[in-house]
Amino acid sequence: MEALKLQPVITAFSVFGIFVCIVLTYYALLNLFKSFPRVRSKKEKEAMMDKDSDPHHHVETYTGEPNIKLFWWVFLASDCMFFGSLITAYLIYKGQSLVGPYPLDVFDMELTTISTFILLLSSFFMVLTLSSIQKGDLGKFRFWCFSTFLCGLTFLGFQVYEFEHFIHEGLRLKTNLFGSTFYLLTGTHGVHVAIGVLWLLGMFIYSFWGGITKERAIEVEIAGLYWHFVDVVWIVIFSVIYLMELPIGG
Amino acid sequence: MSGHGPKLALPKFLSFLKNRPTKENGLVSWLTTVDHKRIGILYLYTSFFFLFVGGIEALFVRTQLSANDLEIFVGSTYNQLVTMHATTMIFLAIMPLAAAFFNFMIPLQIGARDVAFPRLNAFSYFMYLAGGIVLNASWFMGGASDVGWFAYAPLTSATYSPTHGVDFWILGLILTGISSTVAAINFIVTIINMRAPGMTLMKMPVFSWMAFVTAFLLAFALPVITIALIILFMDRNYGTTFFQTAAGGDPILWQHLFWVFGHPEVYIIVLPAFGIVSEIIPVFSKKPLFGYKLVVLSGAAIGFMGFTVWSHHMFTVGMGPIVNSAFSITTAAIAIPTGVKIFNWILTLWNGKIKFSVPMMYATALVFLFMVGGFSGLMHGAAASDFQQHDTYFVVAHFHYTILGGGLFGFLAGTVYWLPKFFGKMMDEERGRKIFWWIFVSFNLTFFPMHFLGTSGMPRRIYTYSSDMEWTALNGFITLASFVLGIALLVFFIDVIKAVKSKNKASADPWDARTLEWSIPSPPPVYNFADLPKVEKVDEFWESKISKKPIKTLPRDPHGIHMPGKSWMPLITSVGLMIASFGAIYESDLRYIGLGIFLLAYYGWALEGDAEYYLPYPKKGRK
Repeated sequence: MEALKLQPVITAFSVFGIFVCIVLTYYALLNLFKSFPRVRSKKEKEAMMDKDSDPHHHVETYTGEPNIKLFWWVFLASDCMFFGSLITAYLIYKGQSLVGPYPLDVFDMELTTISTFILLLSSFFMVLTLSSIQKGDLGKFRFWCFSTFLCGLTFLGFQVYEFEHFIHEGLRLKTNLFGSTFYLLTGTHGVHVAIGVLWLLGMFIYSFWGGITKERAIEVEIAGLYWHFVDVVWIVIFSVIYLMELPIGG
Repeated sequence: MSGHGPKLALPKFLSFLKNRPTKENGLVSWLTTVDHKRIGILYLYTSFFFLFVGGIEALFVRTQLSANDLEIFVGSTYNQLVTMHATTMIFLAIMPLAAAFFNFMIPLQIGARDVAFPRLNAFSYFMYLAGGIVLNASWFMGGASDVGWFAYAPLTSATYSPTHGVDFWILGLILTGISSTVAAINFIVTIINMRAPGMTLMKMPVFSWMAFVTAFLLAFALPVITIALIILFMDRNYGTTFFQTAAGGDPILWQHLFWVFGHPEVYIIVLPAFGIVSEIIPVFSKKPLFGYKLVVLSGAAIGFMGFTVWSHHMFTVGMGPIVNSAFSITTAAIAIPTGVKIFNWILTLWNGKIKFSVPMMYATALVFLFMVGGFSGLMHGAAASDFQQHDTYFVVAHFHYTILGGGLFGFLAGTVYWLPKFFGKMMDEERGRKIFWWIFVSFNLTFFPMHFLGTSGMPRRIYTYSSDMEWTALNGFITLASFVLGIALLVFFIDVIKAVKSKNKASADPWDARTLEWSIPSPPPVYNFADLPKVEKVDEFWESKISKKPIKTLPRDPHGIHMPGKSWMPLITSVGLMIASFGAIYESDLRYIGLGIFLLAYYGWALEGDAEYYLPYPKKGRK
């Protein structure tokens, strides 16, 4: 038996390793070092002591970042390895299918490009969602939150349509390696989007119960963090699955 | 600790969620606990139990091998025993034993009241228990997995493993994987965010540091095995062909995915033990740890390099000379930071006022035993020589020296060392010494002869051999020694329980130790630190004892000591996922019921009231 080509394994894991590193470095630069106590100025320290004596304020953490935010950063870094493994499997089995349909037989580039655009647009709406709740504008928050939700839902709709179309063309989960790896990778991403959509809907409903306030904007921020991550992963998936099929140079 | 934001707004039909359980004693209090100390104790007892189960399986294996041509446990039964022995020991005994110490000790060592997410911590424990139940339920439901703990494809396919054993194995490991991932993220956040003021990363106790590195290894390695397991499950049950050569799939992909997880796993097991040893040796040498920074950085280096050596498990697969050489080099390189640690421990002992109490005996034994395992590791780290040793008892000897000699001995050391903190009771010193020598000698008598068996060609996982091979005498000897080891370990755990039940009360600082956990009473009160400490030096507690100045503390909160509330939800979510796993194995509607329970409990978790409460400060304050 021919030995497994190791290059794609290493490439895929390196890509994700680099991605994780960039994310962590970005996080570290932005948040971690500026709030290490050693770097804190005297004024900041005094301000901290005031906070300690004020029981209504958040309990101070070492870095000054809320635990929940840090949790999601680490979780998403871990999630990178999930997608890293799936992309590895996809890349290794690229072009290894013994029977059709092959990628170019079923892909509809225009359709997927539109759905990609809609998903990326939702990231923009997510930014507006967060910024409006940080300003305490509940009305705008609901509007943008619902818009983000709709975009996510539309993306899912496109994906369901695409899957049905592919199945109609004869590409099922067990048809060939392309089918298995494709459905598993995009399906996992789809599950992530679905969770995000439910999350956004939950926040939207919760805002009518009075659960979303300016003081709790951190919870919206975390939802945003997750949502942007799901979008970024889609950019990688879109490039790896769809764009790599395009003949280079026309 | 979550914030004191405005009270959650809940519609009326959900208002029952505002009440959280408050029982302080009895079974309910243990099922709803979020106290990291209680969860640590739960981990400790559960992993002892699974250590016992895995030990029995090992002794069954040894019984079958005790003489040539025996037919006690034959064929599939033997394979199940071998597979479940390894799986139980690694995933259900050794890793959770490390988790027990992580849970109990990290918040105490870094001067915190609890972990960052107390409810998630309870969830981790119950998921681990659920995984253990699913894995072991297979014994009673048509047979356990019999494909070896690394479950190479295509042996795992539905064609060659038609029973549900492998499915139980997959789901059980996914559940424990979720448990470990969540726990790892929890510890990372705890260590980054909950340290006492002034405790920079480079002033943190070494055990917490190694836990930090281990948590990153878990967070990055477990997703890979989870994906591999999901793919395998789909191959077996949904007709995909990831590992089926006939359809263009490649079984070697499984090996890559498995070992990308599997090798960091080795360091996941051994780094916490290294951390424990790095705590114990300075305490019993009455010296600060030699080269604290180097020990910490070499630990982190081991963590990084642990991800670069996975293919050394696959030298004989046929990856070609270039790949084999590359992984030989990285494998040899990882010996460097390990060696740095060993030299630092030895230099800590150098010129110290050494006192050989029982924890110190286990710790120094670890240094020696891990070196034996490390050297044989270097031998098959060289690809050319590995072709001779691959899949022989030489490898069995090697990884028992690293996992038991490096891992278990560290955790036994930790058990004796921290038992006063866990339960407020001391173990009997004289008896402890005797038990140590029985364990140490029988361990070496069991596993050292396996090197000889391996070099004379005895392969792993065979259930019997003929007398012509001349392996009978050594095997008989090993079996005898292994029973002594089993009994000695059993006596150790009985001794632990005896000590817990005894009236042999421990003082707050029985070993004259260095780190913050010894600055509070044994066992610690539910809030750990009445006054949260401020840290200025590496061994803050030691420095305060030397200079006879109390540790500086933060001002008290006028409301009292802030405590997290108990909850039923971690237990219910885990039960839901466990039911869903059984449903997935049998493709029954049970999976929807399980997922339904999970989802309901999940929303209950999100919406249940802020049950943080305040305890009054003790009158006298901390000494």
